[in-house]
Amino acid sequence: MTRRRLSLTLTVLAALGALLLPTAAPAASALRSELNEIEAEVMCPVCGTLLELAESPQATREKAFIEKLVKQGQSKDEIKEALVEQYGDAVLAEPKGSGFSLSAYVVPIIAFAVAVVLLALAIWRWRRAAGSRQDRDPEVDGPSDEDRRRLDDDLARYDL
Amino acid sequence: MRARSVIAVLLAVAVVGFLVYGLVSQGNSRLAVGEKAPSPELPKLGEPGQGSLKEYRGRWVLVNFWASWCVPCRDEAPALTEFQSEHGGQNFTVVGIDTQDISDDGSAFAKEFSLTYPLLHDGNGDNGHEFGTTGVPENYLLEPNGRLAWAVAGPVDAKMLEEHVAPLLPPAKKS
Repeated sequence: MTRRRLSLTLTVLAALGALLLPTAAPAASALRSELNEIEAEVMCPVCGTLLELAESPQATREKAFIEKLVKQGQSKDEIKEALVEQYGDAVLAEPKGSGFSLSAYVVPIIAFAVAVVLLALAIWRWRRAAGSRQDRDPEVDGPSDEDRRRLDDDLARYDL
Repeated sequence: MRARSVIAVLLAVAVVGFLVYGLVSQGNSRLAVGEKAPSPELPKLGEPGQGSLKEYRGRWVLVNFWASWCVPCRDEAPALTEFQSEHGGQNFTVVGIDTQDISDDGSAFAKEFSLTYPLLHDGNGDNGHEFGTTGVPENYLLEPNGRLAWAVAGPVDAKMLEEHVAPLLPPAKKS
């Protein structure tokens, strides 16, 4: 009877374990993928590289800090905000879209626009210069009668 | 044509200027003896409010840049605590600046080593960079007027503190 009860208990435990295992694995992998995502978007301030590439003691502490916040259920934005509070704006791999950091986005756009305008201006000037050169050159009507005659004579002489 | 050349030269000078500025501002030079130490407002570690090295003008100050993740910082912490308890007072104090560190980690470190001196948090490391630090720990002894008297890029121990710092201090007047 006791052996029967023991085997029954073991069976129930095994069944429970089998039920829990598949749910634990996706939860762990979801946590890992969330950590990976955040670590790819923030810097290790001491190493000057992305956190996902860093292995320094400071990076290890930063990763632990992120993991703690993820486990607390904080969103990616909240975690980034917490990191900025700890390390300043430089911890973000992509600069913020406000304040001085905005220049990281605006300057390339302005530079591109200026380059396009300059290029358009240059093309317009080249075309205008080419046009005026054409105006200056008289239209060529082909060889004169005398030249034509000389050409025919030469061709006849060489019997081509 | 002449105006165009002048504009071109000015543009070239501006570009070179930017490049030189970039190079110069990247290489942070270490604070030299006799130079005034930067003293921006920083959050206090483990308590609310801001603090600054300016508050300690009139005292000798040993500024210790440290972080909880730094192993040599753990090695030097007991010597600094001991030195503070011996010499700290109206004439001298150690000020610890926890740099590029999670503030909770810094507070736990302070508790673990029973740090009794004032602590500030320099999360982005900017204050350290203004001193010209290249890592942690680094130690800077400031005169009562805030000028640098002595510095060491690395950990200190009891012997160094007794040899280099203690002789400069006036007899301790406990606060």
